[in-house]
Amino acid sequence: MYPAAFRYHVPESIAEAVGMAAELPDARFLAGGHSLIPLMKQRLAQPSDLIDLRKVTEMRQLSALDGQVRIGAAVTHWEAHSSALLSSLCPLLSETAGHIGDPQVRNCGTLGGSLAYADPGADYPACILALNAVLVCESLAGRRSIDSSDWFKGLFTTALDPGELLVEIHIPVIRGCTGSAYRKLPHPASRMAVVGVAVELTLDRAGVCERIQIGINGLGSNAIRAGDIEEQLIGRAIDDDLVARACASLPRVQDISGDRFVSAADKLPLCRNLIRSAVSAALKNAVRTEV
Amino acid sequence: MHCRVAININGKTEAHEIEPRLLLVHFIRECAGLTGTHVGCDTSQCGACTIGLNGLAVKSCTKFAVQADGAEIVTIEGLSRGDTLHPLQQAFRDHHGLQCGFCTPGMLMAAKLMLDRHKQLSEELIRHELEGNICRCTGYVGIVKAIMAASIATAASDSQPDASNAIEASSR
Repeated sequence: MYPAAFRYHVPESIAEAVGMAAELPDARFLAGGHSLIPLMKQRLAQPSDLIDLRKVTEMRQLSALDGQVRIGAAVTHWEAHSSALLSSLCPLLSETAGHIGDPQVRNCGTLGGSLAYADPGADYPACILALNAVLVCESLAGRRSIDSSDWFKGLFTTALDPGELLVEIHIPVIRGCTGSAYRKLPHPASRMAVVGVAVELTLDRAGVCERIQIGINGLGSNAIRAGDIEEQLIGRAIDDDLVARACASLPRVQDISGDRFVSAADKLPLCRNLIRSAVSAALKNAVRTEV
Repeated sequence: MHCRVAININGKTEAHEIEPRLLLVHFIRECAGLTGTHVGCDTSQCGACTIGLNGLAVKSCTKFAVQADGAEIVTIEGLSRGDTLHPLQQAFRDHHGLQCGFCTPGMLMAAKLMLDRHKQLSEELIRHELEGNICRCTGYVGIVKAIMAASIATAASDSQPDASNAIEASSR
């Protein structure tokens, strides 16, 4: 399959990249290319220009600063999965990265690319919702920060404006007895998440849940937070029975879509089971951390 | 629009004028004439086009050649040393790691980069790491066995320089 012809650009800084995007209204940014190139091969996307970010080294940095982990948007899934910094300060993200696609995909695909594309079957969206991440975007107009709760706007749709580039993801580092887990049912052909659930929780000294955040992808047209369930768990000593009862209030998602593998009707019970499994794993992590 | 691209493939620089839309796998097959790298599904699922790009396993059907300008690539043609098979190739032969052979170049390149990345392999890890490569003949049993044997032989070759002997021993 041959994509339509395009012009190719290789900027070396964020400023140069967003400058190009402002001049070329039909351009697309190219990072790992594992969503964009397949779309171009099917000619579902025919951008006039590609702005390749491979030489923008400032988008590949990983650092911890002011109680936050800062991850460049062009950090690959493999880099996120194998980073010692992330596995100690933000284990949910590195765990999730290891579940994406296959090794070849993880070697190319990037955190920013996945979040900017907003595929409902992608793994990172649930994770960044559970982590209360902040997404930093840049355009010629300057920088702005967008909360993960305001990022996803629908199917393959985000808060990103035309010409704007997602450059960094900031994640608060949570201290105390904190645990997290990501659980998914991978589609047998694509390895995308049929449903994926990310959980981060913190317990107090008595084992009572101080905070819990649950992100879900794969149910509807974009990833969501399970706020109703979280509310029923905060301030309580969590066990599986309590989680199972809370899961009864799984939000009524209007646009659940099924396929030949899992029907729309089966997705809700699947999601409830994944929530129970992820919370149970997160509780075990949290206990381990404290010891 | 054409660009001049220079890519080092198996130690030899291939410089060509190409269109930016040329996929890396077509650069390897048509510009460099190395047809060992196969196009299977052309949709980044099957892994038949797997190559080593700057030391990472990559599906060359999902990369433009211009993205690899200045890179170092290893393809299946770069695996053996003359007539001496790479320990992985020998292990695939010994353990029936192939039938029709179409997926084999991708399997071998994925396995090579798996061995480079992980010091110790288990059957579970091999199966997890092979998720990006599809074989429609073998049922994977021979492939997994072969990679396991090559991994043991590679570890043993630190003390025993002749890796191919170690593989023969482990296959008996």
